[in-house]
Amino acid sequence: MSAHAEKHEHFAGSNKLFTSIWIWLVLLTVIEIVLAYRPMAMHFMLTILLGLSIVKAALIVAYFMHLKFERLSLILTIVPMLVICICLLFVFFPDSFRSHGLRYKFKETPPAPAAESH
Amino acid sequence: MSTEARAEHFPAADWDGGVFPYRVGHRKLGMWLFIVSDSLTFSALLIGYSYLRASNVWPTPFPFYPSIVFSSVMTFCLLSSSLTMVFAVSASSRGDRAKARKWILGTIFFGLAFLVLHLIEWNHLYSEGLRPFSLPADWVTRYAAPDGTLPSPLFGATFFTITGLHMFHVFTGAIYLAVVAARLNKLKHEDVEISGLYWHFVDLVWMFVFPLIYIMSVDIGTH
Repeated sequence: MSAHAEKHEHFAGSNKLFTSIWIWLVLLTVIEIVLAYRPMAMHFMLTILLGLSIVKAALIVAYFMHLKFERLSLILTIVPMLVICICLLFVFFPDSFRSHGLRYKFKETPPAPAAESH
Repeated sequence: MSTEARAEHFPAADWDGGVFPYRVGHRKLGMWLFIVSDSLTFSALLIGYSYLRASNVWPTPFPFYPSIVFSSVMTFCLLSSSLTMVFAVSASSRGDRAKARKWILGTIFFGLAFLVLHLIEWNHLYSEGLRPFSLPADWVTRYAAPDGTLPSPLFGATFFTITGLHMFHVFTGAIYLAVVAARLNKLKHEDVEISGLYWHFVDLVWMFVFPLIYIMSVDIGTH
């Protein structure tokens, strides 16, 4: 079909589409800021914020970075391994929860300086 | 079925040479791979920050003004810069170099606005007494847990490292775009698209930094 050299490069997506994506991104950001001032449990808020961030990131990657219009093999090369690597980093959190409160408990009674032992 | 039509159905033909298997040039593939590795850098930093935060008493010091107002306007600047960048790439794909250059300059403007606002915001915190390894004296008493556990002094370290590295990316991105705008007549369309990929990535990182660093640390006056 388009084997002959084209003067204009193909770049899918209209400026109207990109503007509507931008409006969505701004709206989601406003929701995040409003959420900041709603009293709610920390982990509940964290889940919502991360969910919104992932939606925003997906919109940026898919439309602004144009990945949605690329070849499937490129998408499969880039996205799954990145997601897996990031998820692997969560292996550290059990240790983080374990060590909560182990430090900086010395407000009233500072620890006695350790005895010199040689 | 002709031989040519059949070859299209065999994925192996993609890897026999003579074609771009991903249908993108090597430079664009290189930028994608760089973005993957840079995403891992930022993920590691954000997860390191979350690790410290979950294992310590953490201050939540950001007031509505100036911190949240500034960071929200900064977010708006970055989102708008992404929009102008995508307009630039779109104009460049139509061969309209003058318009592409204009939109790229608009992108640089929003990027620099982000940088200036962020430096003002850093200055607010610095003048309050926040340092990489110590908190302002009044934060220490204000955000101590009811059982007397003191807030972690590493707040400043995580804050300045993550936002600082992101700021550095915005700064290098602005220089990159300035070079692209200056040499636009010599560059191919794909080169403009590649600089766009980098710029959108910087925007994408902020979409995680903003909620995790700012929104999660809003001072809602419960202390």
